[in-house]
Amino acid sequence: MADISVNVAGVSFNNPLIAASGTFGFGREYNEFYPLEKLGGISCKGITPTRRDGNPPPRIAETPSGILNAVGLQNPGVDAFIKEDLPWLKQQNTVIIANIAGNTPEEYCLMAEKLSGTDVDMIEMNISCPNVKNGGVQFGTSCESVEAITSAVRRHCTKPLVVKLSPNVTDIASIAKAAEAAGADAVSMINTLTGMRIDINSRRPIIHNNTGGLSGAAVFPVAVRMVWQVANAIKIPIIGMGGITTWEDAVEMLIAGATALQIGTVLFSDPYAPIKINEGINNFLDKNGIKSVTELSGTVIPW
Amino acid sequence: MKYDVRQLELLSNEQIADGIFDMRLRCNEPDLKIECGQFAHVYVPGKSLRRPISVCDASDGVLRLVYQVKGEGTRAMSQMKAGQDVDVLYPLGHGFNVESGKRYCLIGGGIGVPPMLYTAKQCENPLVITGFRNRDFVILQDDFKSAGAEVMLCTDDGTAGKKGFVTDLLKEQIASVDEVCACGPIPMLKAIAQVCKEADKPCQISLEERMGCGVGACLVCAVKVRKNGEEIMQHVCKNGPVFNAEEVVF
Repeated sequence: MADISVNVAGVSFNNPLIAASGTFGFGREYNEFYPLEKLGGISCKGITPTRRDGNPPPRIAETPSGILNAVGLQNPGVDAFIKEDLPWLKQQNTVIIANIAGNTPEEYCLMAEKLSGTDVDMIEMNISCPNVKNGGVQFGTSCESVEAITSAVRRHCTKPLVVKLSPNVTDIASIAKAAEAAGADAVSMINTLTGMRIDINSRRPIIHNNTGGLSGAAVFPVAVRMVWQVANAIKIPIIGMGGITTWEDAVEMLIAGATALQIGTVLFSDPYAPIKINEGINNFLDKNGIKSVTELSGTVIPW
Repeated sequence: MKYDVRQLELLSNEQIADGIFDMRLRCNEPDLKIECGQFAHVYVPGKSLRRPISVCDASDGVLRLVYQVKGEGTRAMSQMKAGQDVDVLYPLGHGFNVESGKRYCLIGGGIGVPPMLYTAKQCENPLVITGFRNRDFVILQDDFKSAGAEVMLCTDDGTAGKKGFVTDLLKEQIASVDEVCACGPIPMLKAIAQVCKEADKPCQISLEERMGCGVGACLVCAVKVRKNGEEIMQHVCKNGPVFNAEEVVF
């Protein structure tokens, strides 16, 4: 058995697989399949300063090798999360990452401050939600705004701060550099790619929000490319995600430059995917005589 | 652990009406308590999402799913062959709450008819009203009769049973029942809820929405309900698919 534990910004994970925000709620449902300690960590559903009901349905559409979603950040609000979900989550023996999304820099700062006074292990700042008018993506698409919001939140955040990046940008490496320069401890990437499907009979978009975020195997090569580009540009660790479906994908994403991984969409077809992927990574390491999964990160040999 | 994915042997998968298939799977698990109105989330190889299909019947070690081919996923399901294993996550959701001593009127419209069969089997002397577009889509009439239910049939064009809507029959019958359970298209459910409200009879309705995880984590299959005077978003997969009609904000 190889060592599959990883460390991101001083936080230890028993294995590199973290449930991706928005696919896993606050963990209670998947805890009915297997103990959550099987996961390296959980990135919780994105939270906002106050309760949000989200977008009208339909909120999901299937696409070739993927899905589009536009939930619109339905959540009970930061205070309810801290009071009703966090105490339970902290008993599950896994790393708990709070994911925050706001309308203004002040909202992000407020949530970062509140969460810094709790037991969450990390804070993931979502400046990349494509599905609400002010879901943070307006802060995530230029270097100046990423730098400004990251440094503002940094001043209110005493927890390790992860900035979740949007792939809907021209040059993701420069965005990542801006986050690093402003004091981020890590970046997580990629959020979903903006997409659209239309019903040819009704001529209505399938998703009520008209557009949604594309995830699943379809986006995997884009995610690998972006993780590689960002790994070449920054020194802080990368939590890689985007369409990881098999253990081979997970190993590939690590080799591209990720230190840890998030998985999401695959859970909908196979709730046990994280367990299978961890087994696959372990076997791969053993077969290749690699002692620790950390030895894989960033070892791509580019042409 | 409340949830598990099971590999069930496919016993048969036959077309029983235009585009409607009857899938029977072996499920020899007596401990598995399936409520009427619950659903099964069926894995289709190569697809990112499972297909949520209501339980049509779950008796004698056979799980029966009657479904309509609507797109690529259900088409692939219709091509599954007897003898193969099917990956099914079930039973899921909150079903119909059926109490003894009450007479129920069970209403199904189109592909909303199948879950009413297993529901009929849990009720004492139920009245079943089924409605279809035309005779080509009529299903399960003999099954309801074998289950001991009084079954009424209507079609939009009158090519089978009475011409008209299920609500026409419901209005004639509502005085003789205590409660109504229904599944079908939203306009039908809305009309049924109105009839029940006017007659002051409780009404439970089973809803459908594009679904993701099936267990309440991804929050996509949202439905607006009114609880304690406040409108909130609940989810078809976890809070439903069966809701109290009075609470649903159509």
